[in-house]
Amino acid sequence: MAKDAFTQRLWKIYGIYTGVFAALVIGLAIAERNGLDPKYIGYIFMFGTIVVYAVIGIISRTSDATEYYVAGRRVPAVFNGMATAADWMSAASFIGMAGALYNLGYNGLAFIMGWTGGYVLLAVLIAPYIRKFGQYTIPDFLAARYEGSAPRLVGVLATLLVSFTYLVAQVAGVGIITSRFIGISFDLGVFIGLSGILVCSFLGGMRAVTWTQVAQYIILIVAYLIPVTVLSYKHTDVPIPQVMYGQALQAIETRQAELKNDPKEIEVRNIHKTRAEDLKQKIAGLPGSWDSGKKDLEARLAAIPAGDPKRADAEKAIKDYPKSQDDAREKWTAAMKGADASSKPPKSYVAPPSTTVDKLNFLALILCLMAGTAGLPHVISRFYTTPTVREARSSAAWALLFICALYFTAPAYAAFARMEVLQNIVGSSFAAIPPWVAKWASVGLVSLKDLNGDGIIQFAELTLMADAIVLATPEIAGLPYVIAGLIAAGGLAAALSTADGLLVTISNAISHDVYYKVINPSLSPSARVKLGKALLLVVAALGAWVASYKLAIIVELVAWAFSLAAASLFPAIVLGVWDKRMNRAGAIAGMIAGLGITIFYLVGSRFYGLDWFGIKTIASGIFGLPLSFVVAFIISRLTAEPSKEIREFVDSVRYPKGAVGSGAKE
Amino acid sequence: MAGKEQLDQYWQRNKKIMVAVLAIWAIVSYGAALVAGWLNTVTIFGFPLGYYMGAQGALVVFVVLNYYYARKMNKLDKHYGVAED
Repeated sequence: MAKDAFTQRLWKIYGIYTGVFAALVIGLAIAERNGLDPKYIGYIFMFGTIVVYAVIGIISRTSDATEYYVAGRRVPAVFNGMATAADWMSAASFIGMAGALYNLGYNGLAFIMGWTGGYVLLAVLIAPYIRKFGQYTIPDFLAARYEGSAPRLVGVLATLLVSFTYLVAQVAGVGIITSRFIGISFDLGVFIGLSGILVCSFLGGMRAVTWTQVAQYIILIVAYLIPVTVLSYKHTDVPIPQVMYGQALQAIETRQAELKNDPKEIEVRNIHKTRAEDLKQKIAGLPGSWDSGKKDLEARLAAIPAGDPKRADAEKAIKDYPKSQDDAREKWTAAMKGADASSKPPKSYVAPPSTTVDKLNFLALILCLMAGTAGLPHVISRFYTTPTVREARSSAAWALLFICALYFTAPAYAAFARMEVLQNIVGSSFAAIPPWVAKWASVGLVSLKDLNGDGIIQFAELTLMADAIVLATPEIAGLPYVIAGLIAAGGLAAALSTADGLLVTISNAISHDVYYKVINPSLSPSARVKLGKALLLVVAALGAWVASYKLAIIVELVAWAFSLAAASLFPAIVLGVWDKRMNRAGAIAGMIAGLGITIFYLVGSRFYGLDWFGIKTIASGIFGLPLSFVVAFIISRLTAEPSKEIREFVDSVRYPKGAVGSGAKE
Repeated sequence: MAGKEQLDQYWQRNKKIMVAVLAIWAIVSYGAALVAGWLNTVTIFGFPLGYYMGAQGALVVFVVLNYYYARKMNKLDKHYGVAED
C-alpha cells in the first residue's frame, strides 16, 4: 500500500538523520579533544541545526491549502506523536522544568503531572473528534458546532490570547539560549532563530512545520537524556537516571535533616530573616522609603572622590535601584519573599504540601495545567493532520509517550543536582568553589554570597535559578563542552519547534478564521495560503518586537495561558462533542464567563492583592473552568435546542465512519 | 452505516470507557496527591512512594491509559461497524 511505503520512507529518512546527527556529535567531540575552540562547537550546533530545519522547510514547500494548513492529513500516528511532543515541549519544559523541581521539591510535581495528564483528557475527550470533524482550525470547529461567526470570533480571541504570550516566551527563549551559548547578542540570536523557523513555516506551513518538529524532537530528546545519564553513571555506576535517582532522594533527605540544626546554617537563616524584615519595613514605608533610599545612594556616590574605583559600584547601585514606586514595590516584594524563604530551614524535598491552602493550590494547579493542555489550540490542531480517527487516537498515546521520555527524566536531573549541591558544595570553602558554580554565578543563574563571613558555603547562602540545573549538569558531570553545545541545540530545538507551531496557529486564526471565513469568503485557496504566509511574517516580527523588551512578566504569562485555555476553549470543545443539547448561546456565554472571571482573577491577584480562598495567580483557571461549564449548561437549557442539522453534525463527529454532517457551514 | 440502535449502544459503551479511564486518571493524580504523605511512608528502591507517584507513577499510568483507550476504541469501532473504510 502507498501509505505503508510512505511510512517506511519516513522511518528510513529519520533513521539516517539520527545517524548523521550522532556522527556529528561524536565528530565534534573528537575535534574538541584535538583542540577545536568551544566557540566553534557552539556555532556549528546552532547554525547546523537551523540550516537543517530550513532545508526541511524548503523540501516541504507547498502552496496547496490542505498541505499548508494540515500537512495533507497523512502524518502517521508515531510521527504526529513526535511532532506533537516537540510542538508541546517548550523552552520552559526543556530548561526550566528540572530547576523548578530542584527548588520546589514535591510542589514542582504539579507541572509534571499537569503537563502529562492533560494528554489523557485530550486523547479521550477531544482528539478523535477533532480529527473526524477534519477542518483546519479550532475556531472552525466552534463555528460549525455552534453555528456562525460569533462563536468563531470568541474562539479566535481565546486562541490569540493564549498563543501570542506563549509565542513571545519562546522567542525570548531563543534569544536567551543563543546569547548564553554562542555569545552573540540577544537580538541577533532572536533574528537568526526566527529566520530559521520562518523559512520553514513560510514555505511549507503545517507540512514543513510537522516534518521539522519530528527532526527537532529527535535532537531535543537526545540532548536531554545524555548529560543526566552520564551523571547517573558517575554517581551510582548505573546509567539509568530515571531509576537510580531514588538513592539521590535518600541522600537529600538525610543531608537536609543534618542541616536543619546546623548552627552555621541557623546563623545564615537569621541574617535572611533580618533582611526580610528590613524589606518589609521598606515596602510598608513606600512611597517615602523609595525617595530616601534613592537620596542615600546619590549621597554615597557624591561622597566618593572622582577616580576612586569604588565609584563604579556606587554608580551601579544607582542604576540597579528601582526606577519607580511600583517598580520598587515589585522588586522589594520579590526580594522579601526570597529572603523569607531562605530564612526557614529547607523543607523536606519529597513531602507533599501540609497546609490546606497549599494542598488546595497544588490540586488546583494540576487541574488548570491539565485542562489547559487539552485546550491549547496549537496542540489540538496537530490532530487534524493524521490520516484517520484511528491514527488520531494512537497518535495521542505516542505523543504522551514521547513527552514522558523527557518528563520522566526531569525529576532525576533535579535530584542529582540537589544531591551534588548538598554533598559537595555545601560545607566546602569559598576559596574552592567548583568552576561550574563560578561560571553560572557570573551570568546570574547562581547566587552565592558569604553572608556570615565564615568562608564556608552554607546551603542558605546558595540560590540556583531554575534554568541553572539543566545548563550546568554537563559541567557537574565533568563532560566535555560538546555536551553543553548539545544542550544548547536541544533547548533551541524545543523553543523553535513550539514557536513554529504557535506561529502557524496564530496566523491561521487571523487569515483563515477572521479574514477568509468572516470578511471575504470568496478568497481562492491559493490567495488564502498567500495571506497566511504574509501574516506569518507579521506575527513573527510582532513576537520578536515584544520579546525584545525582555519583560520579566513573560514567563508568568505563559502559565496564564493554561488557565485561559482551560476556562474557555476546553469547555466549549468538550461540550460540543459530549453534550448534544449544548447550543450557541450556552457556548458563547460559557466561554465569555470563563475568560472573564479568569482574566479578572489573574490580573486582580497578581497586581491588586485579590485573594479568593488563598488561590495563587498561577491557578486562576480553577474559578473559570467550572464556571464556564456551569454557565454554558444553564444558558443552553434556558434557550432553544440546537437544530436538527446540528444534532446530526454532532453524531457525524462522534462516529468515525462516514462524512461530516451538514452542520459544517462553509 | 450501522442502525440507530447500534450507534446509540456504541456511544453508551464509549461513555462508559471514558468514565472508567478518567476515573483511573483522577485516582493516580489527584487521589495519589491527596494521600501522598501517607504513601511516602513506603519506600521502594529509595523512592518514597508518594513522591514517586507524582514524579513517575502517574505518568506510566497515563501512557498506558492512552494506549488502552486507543486499542479499545479501535476495536469498538469495528464491532459496531463504525470504523473508517
